[in-house]
Amino acid sequence: MGDYLLFMLSAIIINNILLIKFLGVCPFIGVSGSMDSAIGMAAACVFVNVLATSLCWMVQMFVLEPLGLEYIQTLAFIVVIAALVQLVEIVLQKVAPPLYRALGIYLPLITTNCMIFGVAVLNIREERGFIDAVVYAFSTAAGFSIALILLASIRERFAIGRIPKVLQGFPSGLITAGIVALSFYGLVGLA
Amino acid sequence: MSRIVEEFTKGLWKEIPPFRFVLGLCSVLAVTTSVESAVGLGGGVVFVLIMSNVLVSLLRKIIPDKVRIAVFIVIIASGVIIVELAMQAYFYGLFQVLGIWIPLIVVNCLVLGRAEAFARKESVVLALVDALGMGIGFTMSLTVLASLREIIGVGTWFGISVMPEWYLGFPYIIKPAGAFVCLGGILAIMNVVSARLDAKKREAEAA
Repeated sequence: MGDYLLFMLSAIIINNILLIKFLGVCPFIGVSGSMDSAIGMAAACVFVNVLATSLCWMVQMFVLEPLGLEYIQTLAFIVVIAALVQLVEIVLQKVAPPLYRALGIYLPLITTNCMIFGVAVLNIREERGFIDAVVYAFSTAAGFSIALILLASIRERFAIGRIPKVLQGFPSGLITAGIVALSFYGLVGLA
Repeated sequence: MSRIVEEFTKGLWKEIPPFRFVLGLCSVLAVTTSVESAVGLGGGVVFVLIMSNVLVSLLRKIIPDKVRIAVFIVIIASGVIIVELAMQAYFYGLFQVLGIWIPLIVVNCLVLGRAEAFARKESVVLALVDALGMGIGFTMSLTVLASLREIIGVGTWFGISVMPEWYLGFPYIIKPAGAFVCLGGILAIMNVVSARLDAKKREAEAA
Protein backbone atom coordinates (compact mmCIF):
# COMPACT_ATOMS: atom_id res chain seq x y z
CA MET A 1 0.00 0.00 0.00
CA GLY A 2 2.76 2.41 0.97
CA ASP A 3 4.53 1.57 -2.27
CA TYR A 4 1.48 2.57 -4.26
CA LEU A 5 1.15 5.86 -2.37
CA LEU A 6 4.75 6.73 -3.15
CA PHE A 7 4.30 5.63 -6.76
CA MET A 8 1.23 7.86 -7.12
CA LEU A 9 2.85 10.80 -5.36
CA SER A 10 5.81 10.52 -7.67
CA ALA A 11 3.63 10.44 -10.78
CA ILE A 12 1.35 13.26 -9.62
CA ILE A 13 3.83 15.77 -8.28
CA ILE A 14 7.49 14.87 -8.48
CA ASN A 15 7.51 13.67 -12.08
CA ASN A 16 4.57 15.82 -13.08
CA ILE A 17 3.67 14.71 -16.58
CA LEU A 18 3.19 18.23 -17.84
CA LEU A 19 5.77 20.39 -16.13
CA ILE A 20 8.63 17.92 -15.78
CA LYS A 21 8.03 15.46 -18.63
CA PHE A 22 6.45 17.86 -21.15
CA LEU A 23 3.62 15.62 -22.28
CA GLY A 24 0.40 17.42 -23.15
CA VAL A 25 1.79 20.94 -23.46
CA CYS A 26 -0.44 21.92 -26.41
CA PRO A 27 -3.79 21.70 -24.58
CA PHE A 28 -2.05 23.11 -21.52
CA ILE A 29 -1.22 26.34 -23.32
CA GLY A 30 -4.42 26.27 -25.37
CA VAL A 31 -7.10 25.89 -22.73
CA SER A 32 -5.46 27.30 -19.63
CA GLY A 33 -6.84 30.75 -20.44
CA SER A 34 -10.01 30.25 -18.42
CA MET A 35 -10.91 28.20 -15.39
CA ASP A 36 -14.04 26.55 -16.85
CA SER A 37 -12.30 25.16 -19.90
CA ALA A 38 -9.34 24.02 -17.80
CA ILE A 39 -11.60 22.01 -15.50
CA GLY A 40 -13.48 20.52 -18.47
CA MET A 41 -10.27 19.51 -20.18
CA ALA A 42 -8.83 18.08 -16.97
CA ALA A 43 -11.87 15.90 -16.33
CA ALA A 44 -11.99 14.68 -19.93
CA CYS A 45 -8.29 13.84 -19.77
CA VAL A 46 -8.53 11.78 -16.58
CA PHE A 47 -11.41 9.82 -18.04
CA VAL A 48 -9.87 9.11 -21.44
CA ASN A 49 -6.36 8.55 -20.12
CA VAL A 50 -7.40 5.69 -17.84
CA LEU A 51 -9.56 4.08 -20.53
CA ALA A 52 -6.98 4.48 -23.30
CA THR A 53 -4.14 3.13 -21.20
CA SER A 54 -6.02 0.00 -20.20
CA LEU A 55 -7.12 -0.60 -23.77
CA CYS A 56 -3.64 -0.04 -25.23
CA TRP A 57 -2.12 -2.31 -22.60
CA MET A 58 -4.52 -5.09 -23.58
CA VAL A 59 -3.86 -4.55 -27.28
CA GLN A 60 -0.13 -4.82 -26.67
CA MET A 61 -0.34 -7.94 -24.48
CA PHE A 62 -3.09 -9.88 -26.25
CA VAL A 63 -2.74 -8.83 -29.88
CA LEU A 64 0.63 -7.34 -30.80
CA GLU A 65 2.92 -9.56 -28.73
CA PRO A 66 1.39 -12.96 -29.53
CA LEU A 67 1.44 -12.07 -33.23
CA GLY A 68 4.97 -10.63 -33.11
CA LEU A 69 3.78 -7.25 -34.35
CA GLU A 70 5.43 -5.01 -31.74
CA TYR A 71 6.89 -2.79 -34.43
CA ILE A 72 3.50 -1.40 -35.44
CA GLN A 73 2.83 -0.35 -31.83
CA THR A 74 2.74 3.34 -32.78
CA LEU A 75 0.15 2.78 -35.48
CA ALA A 76 -1.96 0.42 -33.39
CA PHE A 77 -2.05 2.69 -30.33
CA ILE A 78 -2.95 5.84 -32.20
CA VAL A 79 -5.76 4.07 -34.03
CA VAL A 80 -7.05 2.60 -30.75
CA ILE A 81 -6.96 6.02 -29.09
CA ALA A 82 -8.66 7.80 -31.98
CA ALA A 83 -11.39 5.15 -32.15
CA LEU A 84 -11.84 5.20 -28.37
CA VAL A 85 -12.28 8.96 -28.29
CA GLN A 86 -14.96 8.75 -30.98
CA LEU A 87 -16.68 5.93 -29.12
CA VAL A 88 -16.63 7.78 -25.80
CA GLU A 89 -18.11 10.78 -27.53
CA ILE A 90 -20.99 8.77 -29.00
CA VAL A 91 -21.67 6.83 -25.80
CA LEU A 92 -21.62 9.93 -23.61
CA GLN A 93 -23.99 11.72 -25.96
CA LYS A 94 -26.53 8.89 -25.58
CA VAL A 95 -26.04 7.85 -21.96
CA ALA A 96 -25.09 11.01 -20.12
CA PRO A 97 -26.09 14.16 -22.02
CA PRO A 98 -25.18 16.58 -19.18
CA LEU A 99 -21.70 15.11 -18.95
CA TYR A 100 -21.43 15.27 -22.72
CA ARG A 101 -22.38 18.93 -22.73
CA ALA A 102 -19.66 19.62 -20.16
CA LEU A 103 -16.87 17.58 -21.76
CA GLY A 104 -18.01 17.30 -25.37
CA ILE A 105 -15.93 19.99 -27.02
CA TYR A 106 -12.75 18.82 -25.31
CA LEU A 107 -13.00 15.22 -26.45
CA PRO A 108 -11.88 15.62 -30.09
CA LEU A 109 -8.89 17.66 -28.91
CA ILE A 110 -7.75 14.73 -26.82
CA THR A 111 -6.81 12.53 -29.78
CA THR A 112 -3.80 14.71 -30.42
CA ASN A 113 -2.97 15.14 -26.74
CA CYS A 114 0.50 13.66 -26.47
CA MET A 115 -0.13 12.74 -22.85
CA ILE A 116 -2.62 9.97 -23.67
CA PHE A 117 -0.37 8.38 -26.29
CA GLY A 118 2.79 9.03 -24.27
CA VAL A 119 1.46 7.38 -21.11
CA ALA A 120 0.32 4.33 -23.08
CA VAL A 121 3.79 3.95 -24.64
CA LEU A 122 5.64 4.66 -21.39
CA ASN A 123 3.70 1.91 -19.62
CA ILE A 124 4.83 -0.63 -22.20
CA ARG A 125 8.43 0.62 -22.19
CA GLU A 126 8.65 0.41 -18.40
CA GLU A 127 7.05 -3.05 -18.49
CA ARG A 128 4.31 -2.27 -15.99
CA GLY A 129 1.60 -4.78 -15.08
CA PHE A 130 -2.06 -3.98 -15.71
CA ILE A 131 -2.88 -2.57 -12.25
CA ASP A 132 0.31 -0.51 -12.16
CA ALA A 133 -0.40 0.82 -15.63
CA VAL A 134 -3.90 1.94 -14.69
CA VAL A 135 -2.72 3.51 -11.43
CA TYR A 136 0.02 5.30 -13.35
CA ALA A 137 -2.46 6.56 -15.95
CA PHE A 138 -4.77 7.88 -13.25
CA SER A 139 -1.95 9.56 -11.34
CA THR A 140 -0.40 11.25 -14.36
CA ALA A 141 -3.79 12.53 -15.44
CA ALA A 142 -4.38 13.85 -11.92
CA GLY A 143 -1.00 15.58 -12.03
CA PHE A 144 -1.92 17.05 -15.41
CA SER A 145 -5.19 18.37 -13.97
CA ILE A 146 -3.45 19.97 -10.99
CA ALA A 147 -0.94 21.75 -13.23
CA LEU A 148 -3.62 22.82 -15.69
CA ILE A 149 -5.89 24.24 -13.00
CA LEU A 150 -2.99 25.97 -11.25
CA LEU A 151 -1.94 27.68 -14.46
CA ALA A 152 -5.51 28.58 -15.42
CA SER A 153 -6.09 30.24 -12.07
CA ILE A 154 -2.94 32.32 -12.56
CA ARG A 155 -3.74 33.22 -16.14
CA GLU A 156 -7.26 34.33 -15.25
CA ARG A 157 -5.63 37.10 -13.25
CA PHE A 158 -3.79 38.23 -16.37
CA ALA A 159 -7.09 39.33 -17.87
CA ILE A 160 -7.30 42.22 -15.41
CA GLY A 161 -3.57 42.90 -15.09
CA ARG A 162 -1.55 45.09 -17.42
CA ILE A 163 0.85 42.99 -19.46
CA PRO A 164 3.32 44.42 -21.99
CA LYS A 165 2.02 43.92 -25.50
CA VAL A 166 4.89 41.70 -26.61
CA LEU A 167 4.24 39.26 -23.78
CA GLN A 168 0.50 38.87 -24.32
CA GLY A 169 -0.81 35.40 -25.16
CA PHE A 170 1.69 32.60 -25.53
CA PRO A 171 4.87 34.25 -24.14
CA SER A 172 3.33 35.15 -20.79
CA GLY A 173 1.64 31.74 -20.58
CA LEU A 174 4.94 29.94 -21.17
CA ILE A 175 6.93 32.05 -18.73
CA THR A 176 4.27 31.52 -16.06
CA ALA A 177 4.45 27.80 -16.75
CA GLY A 178 8.21 28.00 -16.28
CA ILE A 179 7.82 29.53 -12.85
CA VAL A 180 5.16 27.01 -11.83
CA ALA A 181 7.44 24.22 -13.09
CA LEU A 182 10.22 25.56 -10.90
CA SER A 183 8.05 25.15 -7.82
CA PHE A 184 7.32 21.53 -8.80
CA TYR A 185 11.00 21.00 -9.41
CA GLY A 186 11.69 21.96 -5.81
CA LEU A 187 10.04 18.69 -4.73
CA VAL A 188 12.30 16.42 -6.77
CA GLY A 189 14.38 15.35 -3.78
CA LEU A 190 11.26 14.03 -2.04
CA ALA A 191 11.28 10.48 -3.39
CA MET B 1 7.30 29.47 -59.86
CA SER B 2 6.78 32.43 -57.54
CA ARG B 3 4.13 30.39 -55.75
CA ILE B 4 6.70 27.66 -55.04
CA VAL B 5 9.19 30.15 -53.59
CA GLU B 6 6.43 31.71 -51.51
CA GLU B 7 5.24 28.39 -50.06
CA PHE B 8 8.83 27.44 -49.26
CA THR B 9 9.86 30.66 -47.56
CA LYS B 10 6.71 31.07 -45.48
CA GLY B 11 7.92 28.17 -43.34
CA LEU B 12 11.19 29.92 -42.71
CA TRP B 13 9.97 33.17 -41.19
CA LYS B 14 6.37 34.28 -41.72
CA GLU B 15 4.78 31.11 -40.34
CA ILE B 16 7.86 29.48 -38.86
CA PRO B 17 6.87 26.55 -36.65
CA PRO B 18 6.74 26.31 -33.71
CA PHE B 19 7.32 29.98 -32.93
CA ARG B 20 4.62 31.50 -35.13
CA PHE B 21 2.54 28.48 -35.65
CA VAL B 22 2.45 27.36 -32.02
CA LEU B 23 1.96 23.64 -32.63
CA GLY B 24 3.86 20.60 -31.45
CA LEU B 25 5.38 22.26 -28.41
CA CYS B 26 5.80 19.14 -26.29
CA SER B 27 8.67 17.67 -28.26
CA VAL B 28 10.20 21.11 -28.79
CA LEU B 29 10.51 21.66 -25.06
CA ALA B 30 11.71 18.16 -24.32
CA VAL B 31 14.46 17.61 -26.91
CA THR B 32 16.10 21.03 -26.90
CA THR B 33 18.37 20.20 -23.99
CA SER B 34 21.14 19.51 -26.53
CA VAL B 35 21.70 20.53 -30.13
CA GLU B 36 22.34 16.94 -31.19
CA SER B 37 18.94 15.64 -30.10
CA ALA B 38 17.24 18.74 -31.53
CA VAL B 39 18.75 18.12 -34.97
CA GLY B 40 17.90 14.41 -34.70
CA LEU B 41 14.25 15.04 -33.94
CA GLY B 42 14.14 17.77 -36.59
CA GLY B 43 15.35 15.28 -39.19
CA GLY B 44 12.69 12.78 -38.15
CA VAL B 45 9.96 15.40 -38.38
CA VAL B 46 11.16 16.54 -41.84
CA PHE B 47 10.95 12.98 -43.14
CA VAL B 48 7.48 12.32 -41.68
CA LEU B 49 6.23 15.70 -42.86
CA ILE B 50 7.42 15.15 -46.44
CA MET B 51 5.98 11.66 -46.55
CA SER B 52 2.61 12.63 -45.11
CA ASN B 53 2.25 15.79 -47.22
CA VAL B 54 3.14 14.03 -50.47
CA LEU B 55 0.92 11.01 -49.80
CA VAL B 56 -2.02 13.09 -48.62
CA SER B 57 -1.71 15.30 -51.67
CA LEU B 58 -1.48 12.31 -54.02
CA LEU B 59 -4.53 10.70 -52.43
CA ARG B 60 -6.51 13.90 -51.96
CA LYS B 61 -9.14 12.96 -54.53
CA ILE B 62 -9.57 9.42 -53.19
CA ILE B 63 -9.80 10.01 -49.43
CA PRO B 64 -13.45 10.44 -48.39
CA ASP B 65 -13.89 13.70 -46.55
CA LYS B 66 -15.59 12.20 -43.50
CA VAL B 67 -12.79 9.85 -42.51
CA ARG B 68 -9.92 12.01 -43.65
CA ILE B 69 -8.43 12.61 -40.18
CA ALA B 70 -8.26 8.86 -39.55
CA VAL B 71 -6.57 8.32 -42.93
CA PHE B 72 -4.07 11.11 -42.24
CA ILE B 73 -3.23 9.61 -38.87
CA VAL B 74 -2.59 6.19 -40.38
CA ILE B 75 -0.31 7.73 -43.04
CA ILE B 76 1.59 9.72 -40.43
CA ALA B 77 1.92 6.74 -38.10
CA SER B 78 3.39 4.64 -40.95
CA GLY B 79 5.99 7.36 -41.55
CA VAL B 80 6.84 7.46 -37.87
CA ILE B 81 7.35 3.70 -37.80
CA ILE B 82 9.81 3.97 -40.70
CA VAL B 83 11.75 6.69 -38.87
CA GLU B 84 11.70 4.68 -35.65
CA LEU B 85 13.04 1.50 -37.26
CA ALA B 86 15.64 3.35 -39.37
CA MET B 87 16.92 5.29 -36.40
CA GLN B 88 17.11 2.17 -34.28
CA ALA B 89 19.20 0.49 -36.99
CA TYR B 90 21.55 3.31 -38.00
CA PHE B 91 21.64 5.88 -35.17
CA TYR B 92 21.18 3.78 -32.05
CA GLY B 93 22.74 6.39 -29.71
CA LEU B 94 20.37 9.08 -30.89
CA PHE B 95 17.47 6.64 -30.75
CA GLN B 96 18.14 6.07 -27.05
CA VAL B 97 18.51 9.78 -26.28
CA LEU B 98 15.28 10.69 -28.03
CA GLY B 99 13.46 7.69 -26.54
CA ILE B 100 9.72 8.19 -26.38
CA TRP B 101 9.84 11.36 -28.49
CA ILE B 102 10.21 9.47 -31.77
CA PRO B 103 6.87 7.63 -31.54
CA LEU B 104 5.41 10.88 -30.26
CA ILE B 105 6.02 12.55 -33.64
CA VAL B 106 2.72 10.87 -34.51
CA VAL B 107 0.83 13.26 -32.25
CA ASN B 108 2.90 16.27 -33.24
CA CYS B 109 0.16 18.67 -34.25
CA LEU B 110 2.42 20.28 -36.86
CA VAL B 111 2.34 17.22 -39.15
CA LEU B 112 -1.41 16.72 -38.92
CA GLY B 113 -1.92 20.47 -39.16
CA ARG B 114 -0.08 20.70 -42.50
CA ALA B 115 -1.96 17.70 -43.91
CA GLU B 116 -5.30 19.18 -42.91
CA ALA B 117 -4.62 22.84 -43.72
CA PHE B 118 -2.47 22.50 -46.83
CA ALA B 119 -1.70 19.15 -48.43
CA ARG B 120 -5.28 17.98 -48.86
CA LYS B 121 -6.06 20.94 -51.10
CA GLU B 122 -2.88 21.50 -53.09
CA SER B 123 -0.85 19.76 -55.80
CA VAL B 124 1.97 17.34 -55.02
CA VAL B 125 4.77 19.78 -55.87
CA LEU B 126 3.36 22.51 -53.63
CA ALA B 127 2.74 20.02 -50.83
CA LEU B 128 6.34 18.83 -51.06
CA VAL B 129 7.68 22.39 -51.04
CA ASP B 130 5.45 23.24 -48.08
CA ALA B 131 6.70 20.19 -46.18
CA LEU B 132 10.33 21.10 -46.92
CA GLY B 133 9.88 24.70 -45.84
CA MET B 134 7.96 23.87 -42.69
CA GLY B 135 10.30 21.00 -41.82
CA ILE B 136 13.44 23.08 -42.26
CA GLY B 137 11.86 25.95 -40.34
CA PHE B 138 10.97 23.58 -37.51
CA THR B 139 14.51 22.14 -37.42
CA MET B 140 15.98 25.63 -37.46
CA SER B 141 13.82 26.76 -34.55
CA LEU B 142 14.73 23.65 -32.60
CA THR B 143 18.43 24.25 -33.26
CA VAL B 144 18.24 27.89 -32.19
CA LEU B 145 16.41 27.03 -28.97
CA ALA B 146 18.73 24.10 -28.28
CA SER B 147 21.87 26.16 -28.96
CA LEU B 148 20.68 28.81 -26.56
CA ARG B 149 19.91 26.26 -23.87
CA GLU B 150 23.03 24.17 -24.37
CA ILE B 151 25.45 27.12 -24.49
CA ILE B 152 23.99 28.94 -21.49
CA GLY B 153 23.08 25.81 -19.58
CA VAL B 154 26.26 23.70 -19.87
CA GLY B 155 28.61 25.87 -21.93
CA THR B 156 28.91 23.47 -24.86
CA TRP B 157 27.58 23.40 -28.42
CA PHE B 158 27.13 20.06 -30.14
CA GLY B 159 29.13 18.60 -27.24
CA ILE B 160 32.11 20.93 -27.91
CA SER B 161 33.09 23.29 -25.14
CA VAL B 162 32.59 26.90 -26.26
CA MET B 163 32.59 28.90 -23.04
CA PRO B 164 35.71 29.95 -21.05
CA GLU B 165 36.93 27.45 -18.51
CA TRP B 166 35.64 29.33 -15.48
CA TYR B 167 32.05 29.09 -16.78
CA LEU B 168 30.18 26.68 -14.55
CA GLY B 169 26.96 26.56 -16.51
CA PHE B 170 23.47 27.61 -15.51
CA PRO B 171 21.56 24.36 -14.93
CA TYR B 172 18.19 26.08 -14.60
CA ILE B 173 18.08 26.58 -18.39
CA ILE B 174 18.57 22.87 -19.02
CA LYS B 175 15.87 21.92 -16.52
CA PRO B 176 12.25 21.67 -17.70
CA ALA B 177 11.35 24.96 -16.03
CA GLY B 178 14.00 26.76 -18.07
CA ALA B 179 12.58 25.35 -21.30
CA PHE B 180 9.26 27.15 -20.82
CA VAL B 181 10.95 30.43 -19.94
CA CYS B 182 13.38 30.24 -22.89
CA LEU B 183 10.61 29.51 -25.38
CA GLY B 184 8.45 32.29 -23.91
CA GLY B 185 11.40 34.67 -24.18
CA ILE B 186 12.06 33.77 -27.82
CA LEU B 187 8.38 34.25 -28.71
CA ALA B 188 8.44 37.68 -27.04
CA ILE B 189 11.62 38.66 -28.94
CA MET B 190 10.02 37.54 -32.21
CA ASN B 191 6.97 39.68 -31.42
CA VAL B 192 9.22 42.71 -30.92
CA VAL B 193 11.16 42.06 -34.14
CA SER B 194 8.09 41.56 -36.30
CA ALA B 195 6.38 44.62 -34.78
CA ARG B 196 9.47 46.66 -35.77
CA LEU B 197 9.48 45.18 -39.28
CA ASP B 198 5.78 45.92 -39.73
CA ALA B 199 6.26 49.51 -38.58
CA LYS B 200 9.11 49.98 -41.08
CA LYS B 201 7.01 48.52 -43.88
CA ARG B 202 4.14 50.87 -43.08
CA GLU B 203 6.53 53.84 -43.04
CA ALA B 204 7.93 52.83 -46.40
CA GLU B 205 4.42 52.50 -47.81
CA ALA B 206 3.35 55.86 -46.40
CA ALA B 207 6.39 57.64 -47.80
